[in-house]
Amino acid sequence: MSQLIISVLVISGIGAVLALLLELADRFIADYGECKILINQEKELIVQGGSPLLFSLQDEGIFIPSACGGKGTCAYCKVKVLEGGGPVLPTETPYLSPEEFEENVRLSCQVKIRNDLSIEIPEELFLIKEFKVQVDHLEDLTPYIKGLTLAIVEQEESITFKPGQYIQLEIPKYKLSSVPEFRAFSMASFPDESKKIELYVGLVEKGIVSTYVHDFLKEGDELVMRGPFGDFFYRESDRDILMIATGTGLAPIMSILRHMRKEQMQRKTTLFFGTRTEEDLYCEAELKGLQKELPTFTYVPTLSRVSDNSSWKGERSRVTALIEKKIPEGSELDVYICGSPEMVDSCLLILEKKAIPSEHVYFDKFD
Amino acid sequence: MDSINPLTLFFAAIFTNNILLTNFLGLCPFLSMSRQKKSALGMGAAVVFVMASTTALNNLVFYKILVPLGMEHFRFIVFIVVIAAFVQLVEMAVERFFPALYFVLGIFLPLITVNCAIFGASLFMVIRKYDFVQSLAYGAGSGIGWMLAIIAISAIREKLQKTAKLPRGLEGPAITLIITGLLALAFLAFSGMIRVQ
Repeated sequence: MSQLIISVLVISGIGAVLALLLELADRFIADYGECKILINQEKELIVQGGSPLLFSLQDEGIFIPSACGGKGTCAYCKVKVLEGGGPVLPTETPYLSPEEFEENVRLSCQVKIRNDLSIEIPEELFLIKEFKVQVDHLEDLTPYIKGLTLAIVEQEESITFKPGQYIQLEIPKYKLSSVPEFRAFSMASFPDESKKIELYVGLVEKGIVSTYVHDFLKEGDELVMRGPFGDFFYRESDRDILMIATGTGLAPIMSILRHMRKEQMQRKTTLFFGTRTEEDLYCEAELKGLQKELPTFTYVPTLSRVSDNSSWKGERSRVTALIEKKIPEGSELDVYICGSPEMVDSCLLILEKKAIPSEHVYFDKFD
Repeated sequence: MDSINPLTLFFAAIFTNNILLTNFLGLCPFLSMSRQKKSALGMGAAVVFVMASTTALNNLVFYKILVPLGMEHFRFIVFIVVIAAFVQLVEMAVERFFPALYFVLGIFLPLITVNCAIFGASLFMVIRKYDFVQSLAYGAGSGIGWMLAIIAISAIREKLQKTAKLPRGLEGPAITLIITGLLALAFLAFSGMIRVQ
């Protein structure tokens, strides 16, 4: 019996001594002090050295994509390490192409911070953040669309995005959902307004987030959003612009237009905005005003379900028919399309028939 | 049995009783790291260092702690824990103070924590009743022997890769094991020259 107890004690003792030694070593030997990380030659972070770059960046709120959680197997967490990364490790070589080798691309989960680093990460990743926001303003734009203005709560935070991009809005759990849910919404505000953003939220039947926004959300409520995301945004060129939107698809288009107004751009721009009836139109006043402020801008609303005896004097067709009618074949155009997937797909078909180069056609499908 | 001279033991461990070619221990890293001479050299050097130091260290642990307490039967657990902790410590120290060495050697250190050749050397040390100096010599010799074998094989494999057309089933570990067998046969020529047991 005593033999048993002694054995257990001795083994535990040896284990404890070794663990203590390792703990001490970790504290004193593996102590790299504070290290500076210079990101894209402009932003500087000060972090505690000794851990992988991926995790240190994460702690600082910069989210490099990673699927394997830092084991060096998914190779999503590539960043350019310009200085201080040390030699490329054998654990990284299988995932790096010769070009990436040349450009100092590394797996950030394998680069341990031992000294000051200079790294380069895509601007978009750098901008994606989580924001606490407060409902600043909530109004009915149409019977089915709410305009939602969200103000970023933290004083020093602001959102940087390209006109046309979207954010993910998270709502708390309520009677329709047992977990917090999030959905993507395009921003209708333009980049200069970096403390407040505006969203258009359409009511979707049984939609968890849209129902919450329409029926439960009140001014003053706090929510969480992440962003910006998305590759649907305004592109510079000297071509004329055609914009096509239906329903809440107007949001990113408004963002682009407001940006163009701010910059006083003189590109010839036409907007086809399609809804069913007159009461579904919104932002009318602003869009009409825009025609005066931007002389090169034309606003063409079109209704698809308007009764024959209505007083409506504008276009009476779907947006697709408008393209057929008004856009000459082979036009040199940048096209921005946003709305339901069906609408976007039929527009793409018509544009292809009209021989408008697809590399100049940008679209965002709202599912 | 008369106690064996440490120097004799050192050379015996390298040639006549090569731990890899006569006991076939430590085959896993041997197969995976023998593709290139450069990594074989790094791995080999790491094994030499770890084997020499852990065999000596375990000798102290065994005779100073386990034997007096009558706990010889616990040597398996204790040796593994000691090896693992020691390798961890060395890795941290090398990484901090000799970064250049770390990038050559250090990355191999975690790979050999659980290498059976390292553990085997510690167990042989007990069975064959080596004292401290003998253990050090035996550990260092075994490590060097292991390194010699992996360098030889990696050189052969590099050459094979460039010239030989192998049937697909024989590529990689298969042909490596066959060559290792032939090499072991060659080393058999040394056997019987020195008795280590």
